[in-house]
Amino acid sequence: MTYREYLTVKDVFGIKDVFGPLVIVEGVEGVTYGELTEVRLPTGDIRRGRVLEISDSAVLVQVFEGTLGIGRDNVRVRFLGKGQEIQVSRDILGRVFDGEGRVADGGPPIIPEKRLNINGSPINPYARDYPNEFIQTGISTIDGLNTLVRGQKLPIFSGAGLPHARLAAQIARQARLLSTGQEQASGGTEAFAVVFAAMGITFEEADYFISEFRQTGAMERAVVFVNLAEDPPIERLAVPRMALTAAEYLAFELDMHVLVILTDMTNYSEALREVSAARREVPGRRGYPGYLYTDLATIYERAGRLKGKKGSITQIPILTMPEDDKTHPVPDLTGYITEGQLILSRTLYNQGISPPVDILPSLSRLKDKGIGRGKTREDHADVSNQLYAAYARGKSAKELAVILGEGALSPTDRLYVEFSDRFDREFVQQGEGENRGIEETLDIGWRLLGILPRKELKRIRPEYLDKYYKRVSQ
Amino acid sequence: MTEGTTKSEGVITRVAGPLVVANGLAGTKIFDMVRVGRLRLLGEVIEIRGANYSIQVYEETEGIGPGQPVYPSGEPLSVELGPGLIGAIFDGIQRPLDVINARMGPYIVKGAGYPPLSRDKKWHFQPTAKEGGRVAPGDVLGTIRESPLVEHRVMVPLGVEGELTYIEEKEATLEEVIARLRPERSEGTEHEITLLHRWPVRQPRPTYKKLPPDEPLVTGQRILDTLFPVVKGGTACVPGPFGSGKTVIQQQLAKWADADIIVYVGCGERGNEMADVLLSFPELKDPRSGRPLMERTVLVANTSNMPVAAREASIFTGITIAEYYRDMGYHVALMADSTSRWAEAMREISGRLEEMPGEEGFPPYLGSRLATFYERAGNILCLGSEGRKGTLSVIGSVSPPGGDLSEPVTQATLRVVKVFWSLDDRLASQRHFPAVNWLTSYSLYQPVVDEYAGKRIAAGWRENRREALRILQRESELEELVRLVGIEALSPEDRLIMEVARMIREDFLHQNAYHEVDTYTPMEKQYSLLEVVLRFYTQAQEALRRGIELDRIIDLPVREEIAKLRYIPVTQKEVFQGVLDRINEELSLQT
Repeated sequence: MTYREYLTVKDVFGIKDVFGPLVIVEGVEGVTYGELTEVRLPTGDIRRGRVLEISDSAVLVQVFEGTLGIGRDNVRVRFLGKGQEIQVSRDILGRVFDGEGRVADGGPPIIPEKRLNINGSPINPYARDYPNEFIQTGISTIDGLNTLVRGQKLPIFSGAGLPHARLAAQIARQARLLSTGQEQASGGTEAFAVVFAAMGITFEEADYFISEFRQTGAMERAVVFVNLAEDPPIERLAVPRMALTAAEYLAFELDMHVLVILTDMTNYSEALREVSAARREVPGRRGYPGYLYTDLATIYERAGRLKGKKGSITQIPILTMPEDDKTHPVPDLTGYITEGQLILSRTLYNQGISPPVDILPSLSRLKDKGIGRGKTREDHADVSNQLYAAYARGKSAKELAVILGEGALSPTDRLYVEFSDRFDREFVQQGEGENRGIEETLDIGWRLLGILPRKELKRIRPEYLDKYYKRVSQ
Repeated sequence: MTEGTTKSEGVITRVAGPLVVANGLAGTKIFDMVRVGRLRLLGEVIEIRGANYSIQVYEETEGIGPGQPVYPSGEPLSVELGPGLIGAIFDGIQRPLDVINARMGPYIVKGAGYPPLSRDKKWHFQPTAKEGGRVAPGDVLGTIRESPLVEHRVMVPLGVEGELTYIEEKEATLEEVIARLRPERSEGTEHEITLLHRWPVRQPRPTYKKLPPDEPLVTGQRILDTLFPVVKGGTACVPGPFGSGKTVIQQQLAKWADADIIVYVGCGERGNEMADVLLSFPELKDPRSGRPLMERTVLVANTSNMPVAAREASIFTGITIAEYYRDMGYHVALMADSTSRWAEAMREISGRLEEMPGEEGFPPYLGSRLATFYERAGNILCLGSEGRKGTLSVIGSVSPPGGDLSEPVTQATLRVVKVFWSLDDRLASQRHFPAVNWLTSYSLYQPVVDEYAGKRIAAGWRENRREALRILQRESELEELVRLVGIEALSPEDRLIMEVARMIREDFLHQNAYHEVDTYTPMEKQYSLLEVVLRFYTQAQEALRRGIELDRIIDLPVREEIAKLRYIPVTQKEVFQGVLDRINEELSLQT
């Protein structure tokens, strides 16, 4: 502790109330909102916390590691006069940290180059550069239809038991930037650095990611923060902020392209709800606090590109939808903040289609800026719109056939049904190690569109039909 | 900002997120601005109970604590009005984001205080009023070329009246005196008029008279202009679940609406969307003047990660700026995206004040607050002796949780707005954009626009619109039937209706915002396009009656020609006529 830091520290013995993850401390002056605190137990244990509210007489502190063992007069509370910080340097790459930001892989401590407040500051919208560089993930449903671009935040809405972890790992493994022909010729550009934040997930799932990174050599350019299901829930509130602070450091100070994977945001939101309930705040939908939107935004909005900076932050948050319900507050509010969403479907998965991306409700809002001539291929936008429209029509024709039988369908509708079936099997279905180039993805799309007669393809400009369309004879 | 010295300084007693309570602020009034804490963060007094003053703070309050001072300003939250607004980008409390970026880097650092409008820039003031003349509030003293598209009219401020003793053509900064006037009655001091003045955001700017609206706000979006039009001075709302295209519609309107001035308020939405507007508007050309759109646009951006209290203020900041240009006699359109985030900001502050919550935790005054906002729209006669007319149209998007339109913000909005563009998830997932549902949307301005378009565009405007809606309505009924008995059970006439409805949907209502021609359709072309489809329908009905098989009609090559028309520029009238001739030819020759 430096002398200056010593001056700002305030100590107080004993506390007034303990409830849930919160404690109330009385008789201390000069404390400020958001200040970091330490609660020292007689055992020598130190629990860290944060000031949530202050009045003249009392300070409300949220304790990250839980309040187990804290009594009214056996503890000393120290206010550190600064917000929660994380230590960063280039050496954080390849390392694993716990939910408190402490080294958790048994390696040596980090020698910090600087300390950064984990809450960051909002990015000035004027300073943002628009994300428009295509990222090839090698997955057709993403590259072809829900294109990811650098600086985007594109969450995966999943459900319990669906293979979201494998999909995220495949993206992390295969993601490459194809912005210029020259880079394309040399077989892709530098890979992304990966910042991985685990919030309340199981040991097995966290282990899957870490060993996946180790096996593929990705660990050298990865930073991992782990808060497991058994760890204190309140800690989860800090984990994504630490991860993003590390990512901002890597992206905007070390010029790296960073892919941030946050899993699972539903666990994060539950921790937020727990604190809110303990404070007896007026609950919003399903007991989540009214400020859930604002809180999630302070996480998701930390993705992007900045004018004049080389690096970028691309976010892939993962969340599980309770009962696969996308109107649940967490997926709903996430969808309002992020630039689209990839939705996994249980029906597809049960049919053996993997990755089971349900393209109809999935969306990438930034797709149109990242595709087309000079980025992917001139026909990309039209093909993708046409595939969507045709697949939607095929699906509704199929529903009709379920009620009335195949015979009730018009000949054209029967073609649409064939189209959508083969679309699931040939376009969506893809192996975990299969890395498809964008040309290949688009060509599969054209092959499937060949099932339909030309006059049905209204979303595609005539010149591209002339160039690419070939009718498959029946 | 000028900070008063007569009010006493306060001391903070409580901090809870964006809410700070202080006492000792005697002399400070409700809704007065204050500076909070050692960091001098901007805040506004929103409640006074005894000695306790509740203050909502417009910046992140980390580092603020009890015992720190509060400095009163003695005036309510206000915006600066004057030349320099056009082309600028402000946050919710009118801080200039471009200046902050230039001086402080890419992040918004706390306590950043720069004047919204440049104090150094010189403007060329060209007087139109004469020395010795009598002027009253709202009278135009002179003009400034603010941007190639906008002539800024310098008006006599409110509460000032008399004889002009001095006015001069000059290069003036905002704070230089450009005119003086001697009041009528009091023999006292002369009023000095500068290019800059301030207006409290929560107080609507006065007008001479409100008038009923009388002309459409042309947006170039076919489903909006033809089926559910909005008028200049009208109000509209766009509710829809996420991913249904609210923001694309708002941006399309900001790009193409035939207003003179656009005020775009990004309220609690994505930073990248504002970046998109900022980067694309200087490139995009206004379809009428050919100049960059930025030259008629003011941006207010308080993105979702920026402080929540400033989000509450951003809507008022935007509409006050919009009213200022309306008062000059312009057609102004304000887009607010999204009013739900604004309502949520209100809810958050209300929760911290421990107010009794209304529905879903929103404060009980949600409805009246929304109404005061939308009611600031209108077709008006401006103050001033010239009888200028100005309009302010307001289009707000609503983001209902889970897409459920029964939620409080949507319902409170529907009670005050006249146009409802209902965005539909199902259409969006079929990539039918704009995903406006034609069965549930409505516009109460249809009669006004029918009358206008009947005179200016084509006499058949009203009939065509009704016919199109009738066909679409019939289609939804037939679809129900098909679901039960199959398409084969329908009569050829009904199947023809299904086909024509599909043409209306795919060849007329569907519009590609990213296609250079399709993105904007003038009203004349909207009429021609619909006319072609409906002509096909009447002639096909005729052909059916003559015993021609439906399948042959459906497979006619002219249908592909019809589908292509939307990509043909309006100037190529002969193409439209050509297609009409071919419909005639192909359908009449068949026997």
